[in-house]
Amino acid sequence: MSDQQLNYLADRKYAESHEWAKPEGELVVVGVSDYAQSQLGDVVFVELPAVGKALEAGKAFGVVESVKAASDVYAPVSGTVAAINDALNADPALVNKDAFGAGWFIKIKPSNPADLEKLLDAATYEKKIAAGEIH
Amino acid sequence: MSELKRTPLYATHVALGGRMVEFGGWEMPVQYAGILEEHHAVRTAAGLFDVDHMGQFEVTGADALPYLQHLLTANIAALALNEAGYALMCYADGTVVDDTFVYHLPRKKTGEAHYMVVVNAGNRAKDWAWMKAHVAGFRVNLRDISDHLYMLAFQGPQAEQILQKLESFDLSKIKYHFARAFKIGKQSGLIARTGYTGEDGFEMFIPVDSGKHVWDAILEAGKAAGAQPIGLGARDSLRFEAKMPLYGHEIDAHTTPIEAGLTWACDLDKMFIGRDCILKRKLEGVTKKLVGFEMIEPGVARKDYTVAQAGNPIGVVTTGMFAPTFKKNLGLAFVAPEFAKLGTEFDVIIRGKPVKARTVKTPFYANRAKMK
Repeated sequence: MSDQQLNYLADRKYAESHEWAKPEGELVVVGVSDYAQSQLGDVVFVELPAVGKALEAGKAFGVVESVKAASDVYAPVSGTVAAINDALNADPALVNKDAFGAGWFIKIKPSNPADLEKLLDAATYEKKIAAGEIH
Repeated sequence: MSELKRTPLYATHVALGGRMVEFGGWEMPVQYAGILEEHHAVRTAAGLFDVDHMGQFEVTGADALPYLQHLLTANIAALALNEAGYALMCYADGTVVDDTFVYHLPRKKTGEAHYMVVVNAGNRAKDWAWMKAHVAGFRVNLRDISDHLYMLAFQGPQAEQILQKLESFDLSKIKYHFARAFKIGKQSGLIARTGYTGEDGFEMFIPVDSGKHVWDAILEAGKAAGAQPIGLGARDSLRFEAKMPLYGHEIDAHTTPIEAGLTWACDLDKMFIGRDCILKRKLEGVTKKLVGFEMIEPGVARKDYTVAQAGNPIGVVTTGMFAPTFKKNLGLAFVAPEFAKLGTEFDVIIRGKPVKARTVKTPFYANRAKMK
């Protein structure tokens, strides 16, 4: 988990609170960015919402616990929870090992597809972190 | 925000990939490779800690011993020459100013008695003021030597063997909680078999400008055996598993040693500040007790979370986290004494939801067999 080689994949959008959102059919897959996992450190527990729960963009939907602390994770788009990643129960470290892949958190059925447009593209997200505008 | 202090090793930590955070007024590394990896390195090999943020006060003079007896809970007279011991410094009401480690050092050339008191970084100014305020009537000299000394810790089952490569005298001769002079290259200082991890290991006090040299030499000597630099994150998880108290968590100005399970560090047969109140609590009983617990349901308990039973608050969490050695979510909490029995089930309120937990034996991690 080195800070030096962080990834900013261009195939998805990012929230300033460090979640990524990637369209998949009619759903949006959500996880936390590589930068976020590196800042969190070793993830030891992830608390996810129940399938069917209504989410509002910008509001907390779950909690990720590292050895040190608990941090909220925020819904990048409004909608309802269509699926959760059960694999995180058995192996929360997937968030560290593969933040953009196997470490995904939830899939949302969006109620307002335009929400995605409000998110940052990878280059802007990376630039804002580099400039210290978001932490 | 006031300016954060840095140890002489600041640049070294950054170069080693350390993530720097604020702690007790200092900018210290919270982790390098990752808390879990660092934790396991100390339990299985060895880890090097920059603990220079801690304060060291020198106490000398004809009345050094009676002064420390007056100020500290433990029987300092029982410390043999070169022996170190744990002691609390208490307010008159028996609550805790700070916890300390006291070293009984060889007399000064002038023949004066000589002790060193090691205190927490965040309490250094408060402790100094408290100690200064109680010198009246004692022939003692206090000196804050924190800025002259660099303090580091090297802990773990391999620590002795690795350090031995750098040292000519036989380190195995240093008994648990004893100190002696030592030399690494041209740098000399004090080494003691003490620590805050539950593992065997050493703490060292050297002149501040030798810090980097000794740090680098130890890391280099330990590389092949898996020794790593360790940040404050793993320092906390290691001390937590060994149930070593952390000021602001298990002890503070609202808690007496009795409640925190530290009666063993109090000699109630001597007079010291806070003794009468502590004795009274011991005789009359306490309203809270420190217990260890494990989460039965998924969830991580954290400091200040409420402990409840059948919806009624019965206590509060002092430290909680994922315990890397056991791969379980464990915690320490103050609970009303009737809930302190082993096997008692209660709820920890995590973000508004009751999550089941059960009291278990402490310390969670005990490795005393290896401590000579």
